[in-house]
Amino acid sequence: MERVSNLSYKNQRILIIFLFSLVPVVLLLTFSYLPVIKMFQYSFTSWDGFSKNMEYVGFDNYKTIFTRPEYFAVFKVSLYYFFATFVQMGLALYFATILSFNVRLKNWFKGILFFPTLLNGVAIGFIFLFFFKPEGTLNTLLELAGLGAWQQKWLLNPHLINISLAFASVWRYMGMNFIIFLGAISSIGSDIYEASEIDGANRWHQFRHIILPSIKRILQLNLILAVSGAIGVFEIPYVMTGGSNGSSTFVIQTVDVAFKYSKLGLASAMAVVLLGIVILVTILQRVLIKEEK
Amino acid sequence: MKKTKAITGLAALTLMAGLFAGCSSNNNADNAAATNAGNNGAGTAATAVPEGDAAKDIKGNITVITQRTDIVDTIFKDYAAKFNEKYPDVKVNFEALSTYEDQIKIRMSTDDYGDVLLLPTSVAIKDLPDFFEPLGQKADLEQQYTGLEERSVDGVSYGIPITVNYSGIIYNKQVFKDAGITEVPRTIDQFMTALQNIKDKTDAVPLYTNYAAGWTLTQWEAVLATVAGNRDYVNIAQVATDDNFVQGQPHYDLYKVMYDAAKNGLIEEDPTTTDWESSKADLANGKIGTMVLGSWAIGQVKGLATNPDDVGFMPFPTNAEKILVPLADDYNLGISIHSKNKEAARAWVDWFINESGYPTTEGGGMSPVKGAELPEILKQFEGTEVTFDTLTPAKEGEEGWVDAIDKEAEIGLWQPDFKKVIIEAAIGNRKDSYDDIMKDLNDKWKAARAKVTAAQ
Repeated sequence: MERVSNLSYKNQRILIIFLFSLVPVVLLLTFSYLPVIKMFQYSFTSWDGFSKNMEYVGFDNYKTIFTRPEYFAVFKVSLYYFFATFVQMGLALYFATILSFNVRLKNWFKGILFFPTLLNGVAIGFIFLFFFKPEGTLNTLLELAGLGAWQQKWLLNPHLINISLAFASVWRYMGMNFIIFLGAISSIGSDIYEASEIDGANRWHQFRHIILPSIKRILQLNLILAVSGAIGVFEIPYVMTGGSNGSSTFVIQTVDVAFKYSKLGLASAMAVVLLGIVILVTILQRVLIKEEK
Repeated sequence: MKKTKAITGLAALTLMAGLFAGCSSNNNADNAAATNAGNNGAGTAATAVPEGDAAKDIKGNITVITQRTDIVDTIFKDYAAKFNEKYPDVKVNFEALSTYEDQIKIRMSTDDYGDVLLLPTSVAIKDLPDFFEPLGQKADLEQQYTGLEERSVDGVSYGIPITVNYSGIIYNKQVFKDAGITEVPRTIDQFMTALQNIKDKTDAVPLYTNYAAGWTLTQWEAVLATVAGNRDYVNIAQVATDDNFVQGQPHYDLYKVMYDAAKNGLIEEDPTTTDWESSKADLANGKIGTMVLGSWAIGQVKGLATNPDDVGFMPFPTNAEKILVPLADDYNLGISIHSKNKEAARAWVDWFINESGYPTTEGGGMSPVKGAELPEILKQFEGTEVTFDTLTPAKEGEEGWVDAIDKEAEIGLWQPDFKKVIIEAAIGNRKDSYDDIMKDLNDKWKAARAKVTAAQ
């Protein structure tokens, strides 16, 4: 203690800041940056995942990826999730707006909506597997509601499978978007609402002219996160269908290449390509949605 | 804001659950590591089989990693107790991994992967010496065990099979009876007729694919030798041909059965939502007619049957002259090269294979020990035209080629992918015909084979 207190206030501050940030920075380096660097390194080898010798093959893996169009064909599946993104954000925004006003059982609804985010992705996969079974929850509900004619084999029909999976994905991630929107909306001062009410604004006016402009930044952020998420969809289709029946995504393909065919080098290269695509899309979004000063 | 407490509580609860889950799964590994570190026992020389009083001298703590999550806390505990009667100073810890193959592969990139473990099938054979302790010369061990050739490198064995499996069709005799099938089908045509009869005359699903589970589809690959009718086919004839998936070849005929069954509606109604665990009970109790599986599943299915005698085994149908049921290793048991108690580990391996009874009881197959008795269910085949035989090992210098070509081509003989594509095409979810799929596989095979053979 003595030594610390001998330091000047400024130095103490530096020491404290340094010590406190040490842990997260070390964690970040070990679990984020080091693996990424390793991934780049592996992407230039033909390593199989555990062999002791690693052979450098230059850009061979990248050549393989870009000369085989079937690797990119799966991005079509991402489009389903891309469109689902807008549904997800729309619903999140809708619920966040409603629940930021005075509603009965407000916190209970907040809990309900946020709950799926707390669940493990694998568990959600299994829940929805039962949900979509021919004699599962969804078809039973339709039957009860007198909509028996609408019953489907949700995961068997090649036109429906990706929509069904995207629906599960929306259910899972909407809570996160919702909570972020809610946070942003609550930061708007109540005096603004009061003032607008005196001016005769209704709920829609308030949403259009107060809430929406105030959370624009957050909206953009969520959009970027959601779109890059749509490109990298993995756990729901992987757990539910294993990528079969035309529901495979780029990440599932990468995992298959790495662990089914023991081509870790090639899989790393695919991961690098995916990273590149995500960065590109993010930049594109930032350019297209012009920032206001 | 009082009600947010509920949410916080929920969050905290989830967090706690997560923490506990994390703890329990790590416990074993930590303990094992700690006890091993404190014990600098045997050197690196190949471990010998202990005899007589020497058993009492063997000491130490070993960790045995197994894939049998279902019996690790019951039957394996009993094994350990029996083992301790002979080796009182060896403490055996168990660790069961639910997705064994995936988890152990990751563990093997460190030094800590237990003392006794199953050799992952996805490790290239030539890399085995980097990870596993040599168990002895293959020529010597062969006097005692069968099935060593699958995991031997340069005449040295690195694993002993925990059981020897035979593959074919597990069927429900009552369903066959109800469908009016009196004789077990022998040829592919007879089999298809039998499936059709089951569909027409009973409520049972004729052939359950277990599409959703995926790995169950890989069981089909195991009966390739039956369709070929030749024990040389898999490791020798296959690597010598460019035409592996062409009409008339065993692969074509084998998966044509799958395709035709799916196309004619002889499989489950919605393959995408099948469930392996319940399928076993359905087969046991007559809701399913047949499934293509290995012998290891027989015990599990019988265990769920109200009348275990209904569960039967038959060879996969074939147009070949003789009926060959291939015998193949289950997982091989080996010793980690990083083990600190190799003698104790070796004692466990020998005891487990020879004295635990696992190969025939829990393993459900045949014992790898030479001269061991045939399992009960196979006695019906004694004196018939059905023969049980292991596959011919690959020619010298061609070891592991099938695997190398398969991986290079990304075909996945032992992966569910192209089998799923076949079923999807058969039920009309894809435009490709069976011949398109086979042509695609054959093209991949040809290209990869050229590459692999050139590299040698």
